Amino acid sequence: MEASYSKFNRVCQILEENNYDKSKLIPILQAVQNEYRYLPEEILVFLASSLNISPARVYGVATFFAHFTLKPKGKHIIKVCDGTACHVKKSTGLIDAIKQKLGLKENEHTTKDMLFTLETVSCLGACGLAPVLLMDENVHGQMTPDKIVKVIDEVIKNEEKS
Amino acid sequence: MADLNKITSDFAAMRKKIEKQIIICAGTGCVANGSLKVFDAFIKEAKESGINVIIKLKKEEISQESMPQESMTQGSKTLLSKSGCQGFCQMGPLVNILPAGILYNKVKPEDVKEILEKSIKNNEIVERLCYVDNGKICKGQDEIPFYTRQTRRVIKQCGVIDPESIEEYIADGGYKAAKKALTEMTDKEICDTVFASGLRGRGGGGFPTGKKWDLTRIQPKGKKYIICNGDEGDPGAFMDRSVMEGNPHCIIEGMIIAAKAIGADEGYVYVRTEYALAVERMKKAVADASKAGILGKNLFGSGCDFTLHVMEGAGAFVCGEETALIASIEGKRGMPSPKPPFPAQSGLWGKPTAINNVETLASIAMIINYGAEVFKEVGAPASPGTKTFALTGQVLNTGLIEVPMGSTLRQVVFDIAGGVTDDKGNVDNESFKAVQIGGPSGGCLTKEHLDLPLDFDSLRKVGAMVGSGGLVVMNKNTCIVKMAKFFMQFTQNESCGKCVLCREGTRQMLLMLEDISEGKANEETLELLEKLAKAVQIGSLCGLGKSAPNPVLSTLRYFRDEYEAHVKDKKCPAGECANLINFSISDKCIGCTLCTKKCPAGAISGTVKQKHAIDVSKCIKCGVCIDACKFGAVARG
Repeated sequence: MEASYSKFNRVCQILEENNYDKSKLIPILQAVQNEYRYLPEEILVFLASSLNISPARVYGVATFFAHFTLKPKGKHIIKVCDGTACHVKKSTGLIDAIKQKLGLKENEHTTKDMLFTLETVSCLGACGLAPVLLMDENVHGQMTPDKIVKVIDEVIKNEEKS
Repeated sequence: MADLNKITSDFAAMRKKIEKQIIICAGTGCVANGSLKVFDAFIKEAKESGINVIIKLKKEEISQESMPQESMTQGSKTLLSKSGCQGFCQMGPLVNILPAGILYNKVKPEDVKEILEKSIKNNEIVERLCYVDNGKICKGQDEIPFYTRQTRRVIKQCGVIDPESIEEYIADGGYKAAKKALTEMTDKEICDTVFASGLRGRGGGGFPTGKKWDLTRIQPKGKKYIICNGDEGDPGAFMDRSVMEGNPHCIIEGMIIAAKAIGADEGYVYVRTEYALAVERMKKAVADASKAGILGKNLFGSGCDFTLHVMEGAGAFVCGEETALIASIEGKRGMPSPKPPFPAQSGLWGKPTAINNVETLASIAMIINYGAEVFKEVGAPASPGTKTFALTGQVLNTGLIEVPMGSTLRQVVFDIAGGVTDDKGNVDNESFKAVQIGGPSGGCLTKEHLDLPLDFDSLRKVGAMVGSGGLVVMNKNTCIVKMAKFFMQFTQNESCGKCVLCREGTRQMLLMLEDISEGKANEETLELLEKLAKAVQIGSLCGLGKSAPNPVLSTLRYFRDEYEAHVKDKKCPAGECANLINFSISDKCIGCTLCTKKCPAGAISGTVKQKHAIDVSKCIKCGVCIDACKFGAVARG
């Protein structure tokens, strides 16, 4: 119970920072997602009543923009760029290799142990280094299927150590 | 009130003591290649070899021991700083030595000691770190064809000045144009000057900027807004990112001038959230400008006020469309609305609003400073000025370039980019197949268009568009159907769902393209695809839907035979459509086991010195084995 109190405390703080201004819904959702790594349903409802707008409106915005997610994500996020340049330089091969390595099925994005989430993004703007991917915050340029398997192994090894 | 002269002279006094400057590129590309490690190595090595350097540190970069901000050492003569994107991303990390004008590329931390010894302590060049063009060692930007064949105006200062120092921007002549516009020009004069320059919106549409401003200016007085559209969502385009990262103050200056021209006192810079560095630099630039009195109340004593906010987008391509962008600033779903009313009449919160692209706004200061005529000196008659392009794909030198409008594709691809490459990265101009221009809204250009001038009107005539300026070069191993499918997947994902033809049409087109690439389609599919593409063009409200069929229509027009090969012969000539190809190992295999080790899917089996075999059910057709095999034993077919 205590945990959920502190949860709403932080949300109230975010709301205050934004003056309970409903036009700032997007920055508010961004701040909430930064805090929890996803948008929990109960918080969306709480935001709606605090901002005096309908939950449908909040849900509508939260599901419209690609940046928002309503599902919890894995601890490590792999973002494979599938922009034009990366695509031409065979980024789909990277995605297939990662899925194979992590044992993800067709529509799965997060591993069962919640360690990895695989996402594709339309462009990271580092096209000169295509194909590119982000492993958490680190940019890996000029990737190949065998190199990415090594990167993942490295992360798993570090996890096991800790 | 900001005293530009005082800031300039203070800055000059500080700079007087400096004899040499080391500039390390800190654009996204170079950072990914490890330029920050190179920067740290410079700090460490300089300390050890007793060279006094002034280090410009920014808060996010203080990773090691707490260095004071701008630690000024007695008698130091070398300044170490970071810059925005220098454009030559593929060769990063880039290190520039001034005033000698040396450009080192692919610099690693272990090279730093030698650079300090040779180029800083003495005036020598480390030749092995220089760019080599056809066997000739190029000392710096002045000698590298990639740079010398460009006309860099908008991105000239990106990569030279420190994007996080407002003083440096001012000392370089910055905010003079803003002062002039605010104190010496009327709103109409500004609109007229910009109109006379012929500047057309660099976001892709090509609408005359001066006219757009004038339409907003003539609205009744009262609250008005200016918005900078930095929601560069085109996959394969990064010029706006580079300008925001490399020279954020020139965008702010353009916005101040625009605000005066239309009578706005408030503005928004809308930046894509994926561009973390651009967001951070824009925010810092706005904060610094506000602190210096360049933003805020009574600017330069003119009585004009201007407040600027930075807003992060949340990842929706459609928000590049004006009305959708406005909706998302208002905290709503980013869905476009019908025009008219145009934003100039009723935009943000129903007030008159002008929305301009980053590159457009970055061009304004130059026009105000030097006049419309100087701006028109380069470029095509109906599209004057320069345009930046993000050059990527299968070319030797990828990166950010700026050329006069009306330059030809041949100049860009062969002269500046150094030619088309094969899959291994070797130059093979014969393998040139096509260039996709303007991203998912644009079209394909082929060999026959190599001498077509790249400007708004010429491109529109051949079914393509400048778009935001992404140029992706493809070689003969790129399947055109797969490319069209890729763009359709993108627009289908990004369609906001408001118009039925866009929402359902893009989905059906995607399914048809999937059928084609999987060998399940017949000739009727092609006809149906073409028909539907035309319907979507007509039946969509905004630019996204109207232009979504472009990649399909232009590839059908220029590469119909390739589509037909997929549907009639069930063959993919480029060998990319996984369902239409198989990998096999021939007798050339000597059993070196290299491919077994490299295969990420574990699909290759075999023992040493025995011919290996590929398990087709496990194979993901990534092609790693082909690249790995030194004997040409793996075949695709």
